[in-house]
Amino acid sequence: MIATVLDAVSWLLLIAGSFFVITGGIGLLRLPDVYSRMHAAGMTDTLGAGLFIAGMAVQGGFTLVTAKLLIILVFILFTSPTATYALANAVWSGGVQPRRRDGTACETIDRSDGPLTS
Amino acid sequence: MLRVLSLAGGLVVIWLLLSGHYTPLINTLGLVSVGVVVAIAVRMDVVDHESVPIHMRGRFFGYWIWLGAEIVKANIDVAKRVWSPSLPISPTLFRLKTSQAGELGQVIYANSITLTPGTVSVSLEDGEILVHAIAREVGDDLSAGEMDRRVTRLEVSGIPAPTPEGERE
Repeated sequence: MIATVLDAVSWLLLIAGSFFVITGGIGLLRLPDVYSRMHAAGMTDTLGAGLFIAGMAVQGGFTLVTAKLLIILVFILFTSPTATYALANAVWSGGVQPRRRDGTACETIDRSDGPLTS
Repeated sequence: MLRVLSLAGGLVVIWLLLSGHYTPLINTLGLVSVGVVVAIAVRMDVVDHESVPIHMRGRFFGYWIWLGAEIVKANIDVAKRVWSPSLPISPTLFRLKTSQAGELGQVIYANSITLTPGTVSVSLEDGEILVHAIAREVGDDLSAGEMDRRVTRLEVSGIPAPTPEGERE
């Protein structure tokens, strides 16, 4: 009985993870430029990977396998933003301007004079 | 010294979790490996407030839980935008100030921004972050500054602002 429930929970998590990975792929195709596509890619390696690992951890139970899965998740959460920053910074340094959907350059809002209070 | 011991302890725990074979030979090999790694790290002088940030231990898990909830919310928001037929995006760049004193705090802030779908930090220079937001209101939420404040609180729980030379053990 408990095994069935755990299987169901595990499958729900895996299916939810797949949904976010597929959404990331579709976003990668639909969004207009390299910067906005990074947001779609961000979905696959945060909630996509997180739900996959949670689903597999439910299968693993309280074992070393689960501990290793959690270590993998921590590594992903530290390395993926670093890699994304390297990509974004390289594109920006290369002079690529972010675009809106209609192809016009998007505006820059300067909030460096302090946090917004409203 | 406390940092060196924390590094050694952390490495021992990681070895035990990854190994799974608890025989005397393997455990001895593990201890020797940990010893060599710690010795090299000390000799390279890289055991400092950046590589072993134990001064953040108290608030670290609270911050991760908060960030996790933010990541889930942001994922759902971006997923809605991607699936919506009208593709409701308005890409905007935001220039934000960081209130963290040290470089580690600024990196944690910039990485937290990138980790949240819908916002990517593009450039981090002189305490200012350039952020690309998928929609204007997403960037407005970020510039309200809650994440910035939480990272700063994470940073100021122990040592004073690190000096450019870094602190020595």
